[in-house]
Amino acid sequence: MADAKDLRADYDTVAEEVVDLPLAFPATRGWWLCFSGALGLLLLWFVSVVVLFGKGVVVWGNTIPVNWGMAIINYVWFLGIGHAGTLISALLLISDRNWRNSLNRFAEAMTLCAVVCAGLYPILHLGRPWYFYWIAPYFSSMTVWPQFKSPLTWDFFAVLTYLLVSLFFWYLGILPDLASARDRARSRGYQLFFGIVSLGWRGQAAHWARWRQVYAITAAIAVPLVVSVHSEISLLFAAGPIPGWNSTVFPPYFVAGAAFSGFAVVSMIAIAMRAALPLRPLVTPRHLDMLGLATLATGLMTAYGYFIEVFDALYAGQEEAATLHDRLFGHYAWAYWGAVLLNFVPLQLLWWRRCRRSPRILFAVGLSVAIGMWMERFMLIVTSLYRDWLVSSYGHYMPSLWDWTLFAGMGGVFLVPFLLFVRFLPVISASETKEEVHEEAEDG
Amino acid sequence: MADPLPLGLLAQFPGPERLVDAARIARAEGARGVDAFTPFPVDELNDVLDIHERSIARLGFYGGVFGLVAAYAMQIGTNLDYPLDIGGRPLIALQAFALIGFELTVLFAVLFMVVGFFILNRLPHYHQPLFWVDRFEHATRDGFFLFLATGDEDAFQEGHHLLASLAPLSIDEVPR
Repeated sequence: MADAKDLRADYDTVAEEVVDLPLAFPATRGWWLCFSGALGLLLLWFVSVVVLFGKGVVVWGNTIPVNWGMAIINYVWFLGIGHAGTLISALLLISDRNWRNSLNRFAEAMTLCAVVCAGLYPILHLGRPWYFYWIAPYFSSMTVWPQFKSPLTWDFFAVLTYLLVSLFFWYLGILPDLASARDRARSRGYQLFFGIVSLGWRGQAAHWARWRQVYAITAAIAVPLVVSVHSEISLLFAAGPIPGWNSTVFPPYFVAGAAFSGFAVVSMIAIAMRAALPLRPLVTPRHLDMLGLATLATGLMTAYGYFIEVFDALYAGQEEAATLHDRLFGHYAWAYWGAVLLNFVPLQLLWWRRCRRSPRILFAVGLSVAIGMWMERFMLIVTSLYRDWLVSSYGHYMPSLWDWTLFAGMGGVFLVPFLLFVRFLPVISASETKEEVHEEAEDG
Repeated sequence: MADPLPLGLLAQFPGPERLVDAARIARAEGARGVDAFTPFPVDELNDVLDIHERSIARLGFYGGVFGLVAAYAMQIGTNLDYPLDIGGRPLIALQAFALIGFELTVLFAVLFMVVGFFILNRLPHYHQPLFWVDRFEHATRDGFFLFLATGDEDAFQEGHHLLASLAPLSIDEVPR
């Protein structure tokens, strides 16, 4: 009986720590500072988009032959970051790792924000973005259909599916906590808000049984979904007859790279949130340790991809070898060596447990990887396109000012909803953490 | 009607083990309308309360099959409707259709499950008698509740006795 009492206090502490965060937010000033910065970036995004729509894609640095430029670089980069949220959440739910509970919620929120940013890029890149719905199959007076043998059409279905599945998965997970926030809220506004979004959830036994099933099955199919989505992104490249792209290593290489950059960004977000909010009992050095390990493992897989890419090029010879030479020693060699250095050199620190548990070092490694993986995408796109088959179509590429403002502005598109989530929703899964408290008590 | 019988009785227990025991005893005593409310899923309750939930998994399967069939039907149908001969490649390229096939399998499996989840749970459902009980707000926090339906005076009296014998933290009447 005494034990039970103690546990009750524990459940309540968890609820207080997590669920009360939005109700009595501890770091209001810091939050407003970040939020106004994010709003500024969002404003910059609007300006960049207005200029883009007004003058067309010509305001970007895209040229022939490098027609993909920043839009596709950032598209792949954002989507890759997003994948870690799903992977962390789903893989660890399936493998029943309890420490996941402190990470999954905000990792999933990060996924949603990143997928929105990613999805916007190809649309903005269209030139006439208001016709983006032409890629969807619908009955039109033109009587033509999308080309279903094209990776561009696959892309539309893959990203749409990924966005919707991530959204449902996140909402199912947060639903019980929204109800908890509803029941703890004291002000009318919060009661109304949480009351509406929690749909009247009350923790009924049959509801929980169904919740368990829908949540677990969605997690189980979200893992192959991630693999399929980023493999599909790689097919946008690999299906094209461009030296440096036309390689069978691309799907696994892209998936590993996506998870790598994503784990790096999740580590950064976890460290930042831990520093800003009183989450230290929930996001412990052990979590950082695990995130560091995941980053290290996926980083080594990505390194293997680099290795195989070089081997492929040397094995194929001719134009493939020439592209490899361009990458290593050409005009954009800085992107290749920058990617190699930033991705894999600081990463080696994570072999040591002490470094993985140190928030500063892990944050620095995460930042290095995020930049390194961006350079990798720059390298993959630009160094392949700027010199392909014909000498007559050689040409250089440099992002323009409006490329950079739009990229910075996308930071606002990412941060504004994410900061709203941090401010107004339970950032850590309280119901699952309570279950963990209970299970740990049972195990002794 | 003056002072109608309450809808049921709601007893709070200090932990999931006590709640499971109480639910088991209540079922053994033949109480009707036994239900439980907890802040996190308690799997033992499923056996005790005879919850055999398979419909979600089944819906997921149907959704997946529907998505796969729909994806191939869409891709084959549109290619037949407007044939494009590109370098003599096959018009119906099943391999090329596999990716959208997979995506829509996943999408509709999840859609069916999520929609099924809300319909079977009858959510959203904002106004419920249980919410009249002040203490019930603990159900999403740290409270483990057992509910007994009380259809008539006898059930009400028996329910009271039964719950009192289980030594809960509290007993509340849920107004109609």
